[in-house]
Amino acid sequence: MPLTSSIGRWWMPGVLALTVLALITVLPLAALVLSATNVAPQDVLTNSHFRRVIWFSFYQALMSACLSVALAIPIAQALSREQRFPGRKLLINLFSLSLVIPTLVAIFGIVAVFGRTGWLNDFIGLFGIKPFSIYGLVGILLAHVFFNLPLATRILLQSLDNIPNEQWRLSTQLRMNASAQFRFIEWPAMRTQLVGVFMLIFTLCFTSFTIVMALGGGPRATTVEVAIYQALRFDFDLDAAVSLAIVQLLFCSALLLLSAFFKHEAPLGFGHRIPDQLFRPVSGYRWLNFLLIAVATLFVIMPLIGLIISAINPSTIKVLLHDNTIKAVFNTLFIALVASCLSVLMGIGLLLSSRHLRIRLGHYRLGQWIQHAGNIILVMPPVVLGTGLFLLLRNVADVFSIALGLAILINSLMALPFVLRILDGPLMQAAEQQDRVIQSLGIIGWSRWRLLDWPLVRKPLGFAMAISATLAAGDLSAIALFGSERAMTLPLLLFQRMGGYRFHEAATTAALLLITCLILFLILQAVVSGTVKRYNHAYA
Amino acid sequence: MISRFRHSVSLCLLGLLCIVALPGHAANTLTVYTYDSFTSEWGPGPVIKTAFEKECDCTLNFVAIDSSAAILNRVQLEGDASKADVVLGLDYNLMALAEDTGLLTESGADLSAVQLPVDWASDIFVPFDYGHFAFVYDTEMLAEPPTSLDELVNAPDDLKIIIQDPRTSTPGLGLMLWVKAVYGDDASDVWKKLQPKILTVTKGWSEAYFSLFLNGEAPMVLSYDTSPGYHMAIDKTEQYQAAAFDEGHYLQIEVAALLKNSPNQELGKSFLQFLISKEAQSALPLTNVMYPSTDIGDALPEEFSKLIKPSKSLLLDTNTVRDERKAWIDEWLNAAN
Repeated sequence: MPLTSSIGRWWMPGVLALTVLALITVLPLAALVLSATNVAPQDVLTNSHFRRVIWFSFYQALMSACLSVALAIPIAQALSREQRFPGRKLLINLFSLSLVIPTLVAIFGIVAVFGRTGWLNDFIGLFGIKPFSIYGLVGILLAHVFFNLPLATRILLQSLDNIPNEQWRLSTQLRMNASAQFRFIEWPAMRTQLVGVFMLIFTLCFTSFTIVMALGGGPRATTVEVAIYQALRFDFDLDAAVSLAIVQLLFCSALLLLSAFFKHEAPLGFGHRIPDQLFRPVSGYRWLNFLLIAVATLFVIMPLIGLIISAINPSTIKVLLHDNTIKAVFNTLFIALVASCLSVLMGIGLLLSSRHLRIRLGHYRLGQWIQHAGNIILVMPPVVLGTGLFLLLRNVADVFSIALGLAILINSLMALPFVLRILDGPLMQAAEQQDRVIQSLGIIGWSRWRLLDWPLVRKPLGFAMAISATLAAGDLSAIALFGSERAMTLPLLLFQRMGGYRFHEAATTAALLLITCLILFLILQAVVSGTVKRYNHAYA
Repeated sequence: MISRFRHSVSLCLLGLLCIVALPGHAANTLTVYTYDSFTSEWGPGPVIKTAFEKECDCTLNFVAIDSSAAILNRVQLEGDASKADVVLGLDYNLMALAEDTGLLTESGADLSAVQLPVDWASDIFVPFDYGHFAFVYDTEMLAEPPTSLDELVNAPDDLKIIIQDPRTSTPGLGLMLWVKAVYGDDASDVWKKLQPKILTVTKGWSEAYFSLFLNGEAPMVLSYDTSPGYHMAIDKTEQYQAAAFDEGHYLQIEVAALLKNSPNQELGKSFLQFLISKEAQSALPLTNVMYPSTDIGDALPEEFSKLIKPSKSLLLDTNTVRDERKAWIDEWLNAAN
């Protein structure tokens, strides 16, 4: 029977993806551990300074993740209930960009708006209110929410937009009020994504350090990542670096495992097809929806505007037409596209295997853990990754000639957690709704993917590709790890110009990076997501 | 559409393979590891490359690494198999550490032209430029800056400064050593007094200078005495000036060195000598925004004559820094906490 032959290979895509993941993350760490002479993570845990650092890392990450997710819920809800207003699409796409901005540029934008002499303080000064200072926990949270709230909103919005029209029609027939609709329709749809989104943001904030230092107001605001960086870069102390990295890894992995105990199965849809037109009843207070959307928009857009304003200066034209700038745009696009394809391929591979485990074999948690493994890269400090890969490869290959390939691979892995978050829901839904159809029709393998999965996941796939491409385009850490004479990318160019006092040029480069990412985002979504309608009718 | 998607995937993979297969190094190439901004288009890298290649009949290949501390990391990691012939841009404070690796060799350079604020004793390292750490202030926000470190330490707490972290940045380490050189064992108390005036401590110079200081967040930032030279010469503004401190300023010297295992010993040596030639030195003030380590006479931009002249150059011995740095950083951390 053809069915068994396809099921026999269910583990292959997942194992392939996990192997790549392990090769790039676990192996370098192992290489580091082997080169270190005295690895003692317990010393880290007994040191009072490090205990404080771990506690602070944990505390600020927890707060950042809670705030981002809690604020994203009403904003996503408002955006989903208001399907039509001018600029909605652009706004949603802008929401995906905040992750891409290089941190030191984002700090510039945030400070321009919220800083001591920023616009907001100028504005409230008009009313005689005393200026406030963001330096300290407030600044850290502000910046982390700026980076992560838009992401959380987009992912939650995606699950809200997937609610079948039938559920909404039913809710209006039952005369549900807004809060009942939230409880019975919107909350269950969002809940499936919450734990995952939370963990993703938590991990990103736990390891963040440029922001924590710049806005934290002093060395008290410090994360484990700072200590790792210091140990490797300035002390060349492999023992300390490895011990710290292991503590960070254990800590975050424990949380990941813990999060897998929160069951968050996707709700069963019925007769679900993605509607051509989303039906959303008018409920709740519309002015509240628009107020929420307006505030969120201002919060996300103002720092970007601050950045764009600084990008328009006497050097703008010169910078845009500079040979290096143009070369960097092409390099950035190339890296972004390749990394995005790899990332999505690995993501789908992992998900197909984990889906099989979860749905058909009933090993729900095992499947989830496999999926969480995709997050490992976020816990690995780039400087540990780079050093480990170096130790690993120095006797095997010429690290210089494969540097660009390595950077692309690391970029694709860094985007993997995002890809998994975005594609998980849709792929699970596809399986739950169609397994029976498939069994009766005997559609398997590639045809199954083409006929059944593809139409359903096409839209999220476009989103996943767009996100991973822009993430890779904006990344500096991977490409900077190995020396960069071969591929000058926009973030690298920005960094170099900044370091050489060329602030006008750097600001313009930053804005160009942002615009490049936006265009890339729009094009990828348009090409991959396409119009869903046509495919829907094919099987509806 | 699906086939187009598959097509593009395979094209991408093909592209990746092509890059991975790029050929290695050509013969008669001198590979120099340096930090990022050195090789940037308006940095000293391109000028020095063109000038040196004209006389050496070789290819000069800069490899940009993300910070000067990372340069040393990289050669340590690569060990004897390093591709580098020369490392360029190490900080004086890292010299003892670099020498301890045993990977470097004598430069053989004639250093008689070198004129630094201190005497130069090393045979291994060639100092190619220098500057002093200084607080740069915005004249529009602060008319009368403190005139000494002591005045800054005892200033009212509403005078805010932005500094960098000694754990992650060279200027941050410089300030820590500056305080140590001036106050010795009292450094810890001084840091406690300074604490309320510190708006924030950033990871690196760029966040402090660009993201915060130029954005108007604080009137003073830790930078170099040469920084105003750039603003005056290139941006044509005198808004940003360095505050001269009576106790003197801590010195930063940037050095280059030849690797022992480099197969291009002669070429490497001639490059190190070239670094302190008038041609290379003249390029440094405006591209690297530092003082050249030799007297270049009229070639020094006139804006540099308007800079502050530190009354004294402070510098702790590189071996002392190597031995005490960790303890001093802990002391700083405790005082700041």
